Amino acid sequence: MAAPASGGAFEGIASENEQMWGFTRPQLIALGLMLVGIVIAPSVLYPIFLMKVLCFALFACAFNLLIGYVGLLSFGHAAYFGMGGYLAGYAAKSWGLTPEACIIVGGLAGMVLGWVIGSLAIRRQGIYFAMITLAMAQMVYFFCVQAPFTGGEDGIQAIPRGNLFGVIDLRSDMTMYWLVAAVFVIGFLFIHRVINSPFGQVMTAIRENEPRATSLGYRTDDYKLMAFVISAALSGVAGATKSLVFGIATLTDVFWTMSGEVVLMSLVGGLGTLFGPVAGAAIIVSMQNYLAEFGAWVTVIQGVIFVLCVLAFRRGVVGEIGRILKVRL
Amino acid sequence: MDEIFGIPAPLLFGQLLLGLINGAFYALLSLGLAVIFGMLNVINFSHGAQFMLGAFVAWMLLEWLGIGYWWALLLAPVIVGAFGILLERTMIARLYKLDHLYGLLLTFGLGLIIEGLARNEFGSSGLPYRIPPELTGAWDLGFMFMPVYRGWVVVVAVVMCLATWLVIEKTKIGSYLRAATENPALVQAFGVNVPRMMTLTYGAGVALAAFAGVLAAPIYSVNPQMGSNLIIIVFAVVVIGGMGSILGSVVTGFGLGIVEGLTKVWYPEASSTVIFVVMAIVLLARPAGLFGRS
Repeated sequence: MAAPASGGAFEGIASENEQMWGFTRPQLIALGLMLVGIVIAPSVLYPIFLMKVLCFALFACAFNLLIGYVGLLSFGHAAYFGMGGYLAGYAAKSWGLTPEACIIVGGLAGMVLGWVIGSLAIRRQGIYFAMITLAMAQMVYFFCVQAPFTGGEDGIQAIPRGNLFGVIDLRSDMTMYWLVAAVFVIGFLFIHRVINSPFGQVMTAIRENEPRATSLGYRTDDYKLMAFVISAALSGVAGATKSLVFGIATLTDVFWTMSGEVVLMSLVGGLGTLFGPVAGAAIIVSMQNYLAEFGAWVTVIQGVIFVLCVLAFRRGVVGEIGRILKVRL
Repeated sequence: MDEIFGIPAPLLFGQLLLGLINGAFYALLSLGLAVIFGMLNVINFSHGAQFMLGAFVAWMLLEWLGIGYWWALLLAPVIVGAFGILLERTMIARLYKLDHLYGLLLTFGLGLIIEGLARNEFGSSGLPYRIPPELTGAWDLGFMFMPVYRGWVVVVAVVMCLATWLVIEKTKIGSYLRAATENPALVQAFGVNVPRMMTLTYGAGVALAAFAGVLAAPIYSVNPQMGSNLIIIVFAVVVIGGMGSILGSVVTGFGLGIVEGLTKVWYPEASSTVIFVVMAIVLLARPAGLFGRS
């Protein structure tokens, strides 16, 4: 999918060449605002809520790396998110690993699973790619229902947060918040680095015109698989962090509805924008939080947002702001 | 005749029949998906929701208006198909010029709305729908008892699939459809109203899903999740079969239903995942799908 924000929308961009660490000046300002927001927010809002937002923001950024920059719509990202959460939870509870090791375990779980599913899915394109990733993720879901280590319907409960590096006690929500914020910021900067690397340039070339990239001598399948694996690994990290925050890993996180939610977050924020998935995650998680009392209406509202975004609002929130300000965010 | 490969015959045939029934639904749904995709280039993610809607319309017709199964078999597809036409005209048609994935996202959103509304109205637990009196009871086939309704579902599904195939391959309207699938601009230039054909194709595909929903109502309990659980498996069926051929998707649908049934006999733990495993193997061996043209 060509990112909706690309093409003629940014003809008036000034200062496109003035870059610092690969960020344009507007992006630097936005990054600064985001970092200030992350620091100030816990004194205004509940840390638990903010940690949830940050976990999903990283998840959505990882997903957006595929759809926004390689043009691959994965409809099964819940598999990596959920499996990362399960393995991190299992490592923390049964092996007694420290939290940073658990997060790495979660990332590795996402990576391995992403490599297996990705190498199958890149054999087909477009709509088939979406259907294959969805079907494989559903298989992972059924596996998790039956596998003994996931605890089936109960999930893994009472996962200890443990001590960071064996030293810092994470039971306090504020301490945990800084860890989650650090994981998010590192993940975010890593994704940005990937996008701005020569590797990222080839990714974008594949998005724009895959046959052309092939004719220039790039093995596009290798690039797609690599992007898929990176995206899946970061999703695993996000899932692992989330299961440590809440002390629970359940089937909800591997179910297809979760895959739909991350698509929605990226779509609302703006596909193919750097900050869009973060904004989208904040919007959707807040909405779920404040509308929780309406029960099943949340599904309906999510559906309506999907439809509105696709029909009238394809650039997403950040994409629209970028269009109005004539900058790329 | 009591045991086959060490499996009691009634168990084996019972699971085979169950597999055939599931296969009938896979075939009907993947057929509708393939017809819609061929013409509109949109993968109809709300297909499962429309299948569920068919079952609910049948239930509402019976409970609220006292209209029985036989009329529901006709009316529910018409009602849901009309609803599909409305969706196509007001929303899906706006996306034809964009990337196909937007159609997928839009119909996914529509599916969420339909399923959410159904859950609000009827709750998540299933509603019972009685088998019509003409089709109750069971035949004694000698080696097993065959519930009449289940036999009926398999037969009707096969007939419906063949009818669809005949319409598409052997009639004039079907030839227009095939031509427009190959090259819509050229067919339009010959004076055929292609946009209207697309609308009607979508309506017909949705009606087919609703028809399957009515058939399913007496077998499974009528509940809001009945479609979304099924549609992901149907996507795998479509990937395995490829969407290029009508008969291909029918054969794949029934075949995979049987594979699933047999897995339940020999290795029940894998029965929910076997179709996805088959999909992975097919992707490795024949990426375009069994009947696909790459």
